[in-house]
Amino acid sequence: MLAFVIRRVLQSLLVLLVVGAVAFSMFRFVGDPIDNMLGQERTQEDIDRLRGQLGLDQPFVVQYVKFLQGAVQGNFGVSYRQGRPVSDILMERAPATLELAAVSGVLAIGIGIALGVFTAIRRDGFAANAIMSLSLIGVSLPTFLIGILLIYLFSVELGWLPSFGRGETVRIGGWTTGFLTESGLKALILPSITLGLYQMTLIMRLVRSEMLEVLRQDYIRFARARGLRERAVNFRHALKNTLVPVITVTGLQLGSIIAFAIITETVFQWPGVGLLFINAIQFVDIPVMAAYLMLISVMFVGINLIVDLLYFAIDPRLRADKTAAH
Amino acid sequence: MKPVLSIRDLTVEIPTRHGILRPVSGVSYDIEAGEILGVVGESGAGKSMAGNAVIGLLSPPAHVARGEIHVNGTRIDQLKGDAMRRLRGKEIGMVFQDPLTSLNPLLRIGDQLTETMQAHLGIGQADAQRRAIAALEEVGIPGAAERVNSYPHEFSGGMRQRVVIALALCAEPSLIIADEPTTALDVSVQAQIIALLKRLCRERGTAVMLITHDMGVIAEAADRVAVMYAGQLAELGPVREVLTTPHHPYTHGLMGSTPLASKGKARLHQIPGAMPRLDALPDGCAFHPRCPHAVDACRADPGPRIDTGSARAACLFPLVQEGVA
Repeated sequence: MLAFVIRRVLQSLLVLLVVGAVAFSMFRFVGDPIDNMLGQERTQEDIDRLRGQLGLDQPFVVQYVKFLQGAVQGNFGVSYRQGRPVSDILMERAPATLELAAVSGVLAIGIGIALGVFTAIRRDGFAANAIMSLSLIGVSLPTFLIGILLIYLFSVELGWLPSFGRGETVRIGGWTTGFLTESGLKALILPSITLGLYQMTLIMRLVRSEMLEVLRQDYIRFARARGLRERAVNFRHALKNTLVPVITVTGLQLGSIIAFAIITETVFQWPGVGLLFINAIQFVDIPVMAAYLMLISVMFVGINLIVDLLYFAIDPRLRADKTAAH
Repeated sequence: MKPVLSIRDLTVEIPTRHGILRPVSGVSYDIEAGEILGVVGESGAGKSMAGNAVIGLLSPPAHVARGEIHVNGTRIDQLKGDAMRRLRGKEIGMVFQDPLTSLNPLLRIGDQLTETMQAHLGIGQADAQRRAIAALEEVGIPGAAERVNSYPHEFSGGMRQRVVIALALCAEPSLIIADEPTTALDVSVQAQIIALLKRLCRERGTAVMLITHDMGVIAEAADRVAVMYAGQLAELGPVREVLTTPHHPYTHGLMGSTPLASKGKARLHQIPGAMPRLDALPDGCAFHPRCPHAVDACRADPGPRIDTGSARAACLFPLVQEGVA
């Protein structure tokens, strides 16, 4: 088990290096940050001097290695736009995104699994069919449109919920949270539904199809033949067996909740890292973009590692031949 | 003494777009306590369907359309939902064909045993755990006290079928439906499993419906045998008599197509043709298109029904005087 974890961590580091290299090779096509940093009144001399200061005159490999040298010490450079250390800016913005992602994730997993199980058990019922039809909306409507529709309905027409921002936040140490104030909680509702709806419907449809598959298995028939209660058959026997494939997809979806919070954050002007990234692209703020991409890759890689470890926790067959399997 | 299982005129129907199919049609038989009734027939003859009807696990739209099922004198074919669930495992146990897929791969076998006992016997966790170990010992699992914490994949096929039998018997049902319990096993293990099933049922006085297409298993284990053909009972009688002097031409054909060492290298007899599909059953006796002795009367008259004990074979012209070819 330990050997497996170590191997996976090494693989993960390799993935991070490649992501960084790809990112750096592409930054030069985003635009020239110098244009944005110096005003109209600039000389070629100013441009060359600043370019030299920032190290932008060097080949991207050199820039990348310098970035890595700083990154391993927790130094991601200074934002071109704000003139402050990138790590400070990220730390400031990360709580907003992480709270939003956490609420969306919990909604998506909780409601997704519950509805998936329900629609599988009552698969010919009216309610189950209605939910399945409605879920097509969640799968097919683009996120920004859902966000705009929700804002129109609940903010503009009904006036129940705020249409943008985080509301009031409370500062605890280095973390700002919106969980502790009424306006903060209210502000979370629409963005988290917008962000989690697609994942929720996806998880629901996946749980449903896996569950239908499992309910056909002999061990479910045998569990019924032993006179176990329906609840025990459905949840203890069937649901547990659907979890391995569901966890794989759910893990990746959680990663994308964080990564694709960009769109939701833009629609709701949510002060998180996604909005930060969009602004950074517009300004060609290379240190911010690089740090953001690395952060997202770390999260994806970390979630994948956790998913792999969860397999072992759920499925005893993997534990038995763990050396053979990997 | 009342029979443990008593089936009268059992008919299972499946409504389809092309009409109603009857995978089981007018079947009647009893099984006494401690008795093993072998149910034989080709695939699709309705033998498993009858077993599923008894334990109330027909998959919809299949349903019991006619007839009665009594277990220990109580009529059960009309029970629904939770009332039927209480009987499953407690009164009627079931052993499935494939031990590799009958056990939940993610649960320890001890947990699967204790949950079954706790669902029926109203006992505590510690008591159930003790009984689980005893149940595993009884089916011949070595080191039961440790093995109770193992997962299904840590057992061989034969051992898993022993676990399945322990599970089916752990709430002490009075009837066991064993649906092809040895078909998926190695030949060397088959005899052990049959011997185990036989011993446990003798000791406890459990009635057994042993569904199989293997005549060898029937000869080895069963007291009486019911031969099914196209959803109907073709012949019912004590196993020795049915096997040595079959009355129904179909049984005779089945016996002729079973390889026996005593017959040497003689060519195996085949029954010409195939069992009719359920949506295209012939009039009269269902077997007449394949029967070497069929006459015009067979095309109109299905022959006597086996439900009163008066007839042994559902045939107008039983082969009473003929022995096995």
